[in-house]
Amino acid sequence: MSATTAAIPDDMQNVSGYMAEAMSPNEEPFREPLILGNPSMHDVSRKIIDIIEGKVTGKYLATLAVTATLAIWGIICTGYTIVTGIGVWGLNNPVAWGWDITDFVFWIGIGHAGTLISAILFLFRQKWRTAINRSAEAMTIFAVICALLMVLMHTGRPWFAYWLFPYPNQMLMWINFRSPLVWDVFAVNTYFTVSLLFWFTGLVPDFATARNMVKNSVAKKIYHFFSLGWTGSTRHWHIYELAYLIFAAISTPLVLSVHSVVSFDFATSVIPGWHTTIFPPYFVAGAIFSGFAMVMTLLIIAREILNLKDFITLKHLDNMSKIILATGMMVGYAYSMELFIAWYSKNTYEWATFYNRLTGDYAWAYWTMVSCNVISPQIFWFKKMRRTIPVMFIMSIFVNIGMWFERFTIIATSLHHDYLPSSWGYYSPTWVEISIFIGTFGIFLTLFLLFAKFVPMIAIAEIKGVMPNAQPHHHEESH
Amino acid sequence: MNNDKSFAILGNFTDVNVLFHAAEKVRDSGYHDFDIFTPYPVHGLDKAMGVKRTILPYISFFGGISGLASAVLLMWWTGADNYKLNIGGKPFFAVEFGMPVMFELTILLTALFTFVGMWGLCKLPRWYHELQHDEGFQRACDDQFVVAIFSTDKRFSADTTKKLLSDIGASDIRLVESGAI
Repeated sequence: MSATTAAIPDDMQNVSGYMAEAMSPNEEPFREPLILGNPSMHDVSRKIIDIIEGKVTGKYLATLAVTATLAIWGIICTGYTIVTGIGVWGLNNPVAWGWDITDFVFWIGIGHAGTLISAILFLFRQKWRTAINRSAEAMTIFAVICALLMVLMHTGRPWFAYWLFPYPNQMLMWINFRSPLVWDVFAVNTYFTVSLLFWFTGLVPDFATARNMVKNSVAKKIYHFFSLGWTGSTRHWHIYELAYLIFAAISTPLVLSVHSVVSFDFATSVIPGWHTTIFPPYFVAGAIFSGFAMVMTLLIIAREILNLKDFITLKHLDNMSKIILATGMMVGYAYSMELFIAWYSKNTYEWATFYNRLTGDYAWAYWTMVSCNVISPQIFWFKKMRRTIPVMFIMSIFVNIGMWFERFTIIATSLHHDYLPSSWGYYSPTWVEISIFIGTFGIFLTLFLLFAKFVPMIAIAEIKGVMPNAQPHHHEESH
Repeated sequence: MNNDKSFAILGNFTDVNVLFHAAEKVRDSGYHDFDIFTPYPVHGLDKAMGVKRTILPYISFFGGISGLASAVLLMWWTGADNYKLNIGGKPFFAVEFGMPVMFELTILLTALFTFVGMWGLCKLPRWYHELQHDEGFQRACDDQFVVAIFSTDKRFSADTTKKLLSDIGASDIRLVESGAI
């Protein structure tokens, strides 16, 4: 045990006798506790409710002002695009997809980590997910909102977006189910709806806690409304837990399907560089990779500002770093494999596209992607690096940049060199596209800040369920 | 016997192991109309209380089947029956291209049915509860476990029920009257 204790980083040493006290008979020994400081259950509720009940700080308002300004600027530029048309973007004849689709795929990918944490880690009984699942799920929803905005703008005439749905109309026409773009409409909307329902379901017991604990009468009424009258009845928990399991079970294939369907937008076309069978798994791995990086960025900030270091511990960040390392290598494998197959296939156009990716006009984007996504995460092989906050923070930003460039590389390099050299071109964005992308960050961060202030941002009930001595002792043995 | 106004007898617990045995004892004493309110799901407590397995999975399954069926019908009817449109010589309807939409609608309707079914089976939303103003009861969303035996139970009697609760280790045993709070 002494060897284990020696390996504990400095900021955990002050937890008095954490091994002895935090360990219940049914917990495996030598495992770091999920919550530091041995709080009581009341402390846990109090601490989370204090975040939503506490005074709004100047720092918070200042941050909100910045993000809201970015959001408003993005919305203004969106309005400008709607009024003027997408001619204000830098799209041109060979490159008909630019930042719009890059941003769409980027944002939808960010969302995937949330569902992975809430669903897949739940099915794998990874208890450490309880501290981060709420915020990761919130992030999913906000990211999908940004993605929907981008794809809506991409349609060119967003006021006709309802044409994407099958509805009886005066032309007696229906949507074309043979098109992967229609599959995408179904996939993304399903993803948004299911994520929202799953998130809300998880929130109901915590809204009930908030309802009982907040003092402000208006806030109490609002939480009362959203708690749906939850009482904590075991008869309800029985149904609720099954529902949660079903949600997790359907979200798991859903999250894999969504990015697969997004990748079909590319893979089912005949564009060299897109027409590959590796795309679905490659996109899913990349989505989880980028999503975890974004969760990490947000949580490192949140645990610092909201003082949640006892809940979101280094163990959580360590685990996330490992997932980033693993998915980063999957992505790296996909890069090398598509390159290898392009060469091995002896298909002239395929190889020309990849050679152009490595050395052509957009080589800078390709190598940014490789250095950010494949080379830099290797630092996480070292445990010390997986537990050093500044390193993790910088890495998470790197991965976000790298993953954005991955999508940009895929889109721009394949499109800007068409089959005939006469239809080659170069694409660079205009200020409008850049503003809209920055605006989506503003929308995303504004929504996240509002969430952190008004919604219990850590799953209180779930945290309590994995605390030491939370579950009856003999019950585990009876399995 | 049954006081007309009494709604339930409540007792609080702090130790989950004591609670677990208490649940079994209340069940074995023949009570049916009782409930235990907990801040988080306690594993196995539903079994200890004798809660019957919920029918929710059947509702979800039905949702999934309806989703799949509506996807197939939608794609087949619109594409191969109502308005046939030849696009690149592709078939009007085929399982292969139908797979993504079939999958997504299956998931979507499973989720919607599960969501609605769950709250329906819980009889929620319900924004008023007879016990909601009881302070001890409110701690069931915080850090304590509350056993409530309702007056609608056949075996309910103010004295014996109170005695049962004190025997099984409850503290702060109290009678809550309906409409009194």
